[in-house]
Amino acid sequence: MEKRDLAYLKSKARKVREGIVRAIGVGQKGHLGGSMSSADLVTALYFYKMRHWPDNPSHPDRDRLIFSKGHSVLAQYAALAECGYFPVEALSTTKQLGSFLQGHPERDRTPGIEANTGSLGQGLSIGLGMALAGRLDNRDYKVYVILGDAELAEGQIWEAATAAAFYKTDNLVAIVDHNKMQATGKIPELYDVGAVALKFASFGWRVLEVDGHDLAAVVEALDEADVSTGQPVAIIAHTVKGKGVSFAEHVASFHNGALTAEQYEQALREIAQDEV
Amino acid sequence: MTKLACPRETYGKYLVQVAAKDERIVALDADLSGSTMSCLLRQEFPQRHFEMGIAEQNMVAVAAGLAFSGKIPFVHSFSIFLTGRAFEQVRQSVALANANVKLVGSSYGFSDFGDGATHQALEDVAVMRVLPNLTVLVPMDAKEVEEAVDLALKIDGPVYIRISRSPMEFLRKEQPGSSLLEPSLMAEGQDLVVFANGLMTKTALEAREILAQEGISIRVVNVSCVKPLAEESIRRLAADVQGVITVEEHSVIGGLGSAVLEALALTPKPTCLIGVQDTFGQSAQSHEELLEHYGLTKEAICERARFLMGRGQK
Repeated sequence: MEKRDLAYLKSKARKVREGIVRAIGVGQKGHLGGSMSSADLVTALYFYKMRHWPDNPSHPDRDRLIFSKGHSVLAQYAALAECGYFPVEALSTTKQLGSFLQGHPERDRTPGIEANTGSLGQGLSIGLGMALAGRLDNRDYKVYVILGDAELAEGQIWEAATAAAFYKTDNLVAIVDHNKMQATGKIPELYDVGAVALKFASFGWRVLEVDGHDLAAVVEALDEADVSTGQPVAIIAHTVKGKGVSFAEHVASFHNGALTAEQYEQALREIAQDEV
Repeated sequence: MTKLACPRETYGKYLVQVAAKDERIVALDADLSGSTMSCLLRQEFPQRHFEMGIAEQNMVAVAAGLAFSGKIPFVHSFSIFLTGRAFEQVRQSVALANANVKLVGSSYGFSDFGDGATHQALEDVAVMRVLPNLTVLVPMDAKEVEEAVDLALKIDGPVYIRISRSPMEFLRKEQPGSSLLEPSLMAEGQDLVVFANGLMTKTALEAREILAQEGISIRVVNVSCVKPLAEESIRRLAADVQGVITVEEHSVIGGLGSAVLEALALTPKPTCLIGVQDTFGQSAQSHEELLEHYGLTKEAICERARFLMGRGQK
């Protein structure tokens, strides 16, 4: 990918991260960690890979993105706002009573949101349904589903993985945000599903592994998934929880934590200066 | 001679008929298509029937994804697995998103008599009724099964249809303009009103004959749509009688009886709830044997009616 395009994506990633911080605000809890670890994945999807129409969010040929790890939807809200689905200023209303930006994604409330997720483990199944419908309708859209690594403990994920491989839905791409943390701490110390790539491979998926914060590498993997045929593709993206905000990186309390006014300003400052 | 029809067979055939007219209709099953009769659609339109394996949770959420993409998925399993195993998927992926998914639960109540308690759904109406956006339908005969499918297709949102495994007598009268959404007056009476659905409507009509000979006149009302309940109609039909009886092949907790009591809360009448009394089922040699054992009989209705009229014990 050209240097100029990469610089563009990096600038968009900064906007997404900034949007996440603005959506959380000061003094209220928000899912910073997982949103930040997904930020570069979301950037590559909305600003490079996905075919979508912000002025027509229900266009039948749009590519779909489902955040199965619904608590990290702040990254998606930020990207949608940056794309123009709704004003960036609306991000600060997230989780306020009556806001169209809920704590977890709801498709009827928010333009660009495809499914109601947040009860973990259900998004891949919903994405599979969309992929099957696309095939029935001879439409060539892709369905992307971002999964959390801790979420992989949900049995339904593996029901969906089995079914997607059986139905050979090569229009379905799962992206595992593999930040090695769960809500309460480090995955290796608490509960490790383990062998993520091996598991997807043995379920019949094509598996790609990538540094989830290397935008050029993420783009390359998405392009590779795009032309892959005959089986669904899982991209295992190695990420850092809280990426881009120094005091939140690898820190479990920022899975869903509040920012002080000082931390809020520091986060915005670091993001603005960050070269990713 | 009374005419019987097996509702699940009627259902399977009718699904093929409506699917022939509407390309958006697809079906999903979890290895029970030979019982739910979604196999008939698979024979006719193999591309539009998805065998999802014995994985109900995935199946229900996949249906949501299909619905979000413009399809009208009919999702099949036994009532207990569809509403029980996949309850949270029905809540989160389907009901909360108001997904246009039709849940078709087969072999409810004691109709899968031999398989025992694990297979006998006695709480499915309760757990579906509590979910916002869901419509809950309990047809009383095969004709109403077809009407339930028609109604489900008219509703842009989730619907649960409860279908018995046992043959049912045709009771539905041809009434132009009638809707399953409205309770139907099956037989008039002055002393008491019986609200029933499913197989129990027939049982209530039988009880009415016995009671008539004793000078007790009961009004029998079939309530196929438990949610949204036509509360005004329920209140009207209960306004001029001395007492109310509800009968359902379901737990007395949370089903039709509870819904009727909720509707009558401001204008209460002495009410008896006939249903399964907060217990699980068991295996038996026939459906009738279990209905008898758990007190879902015309005799039970008569006994409650006599009590409400001050003629019985208890």
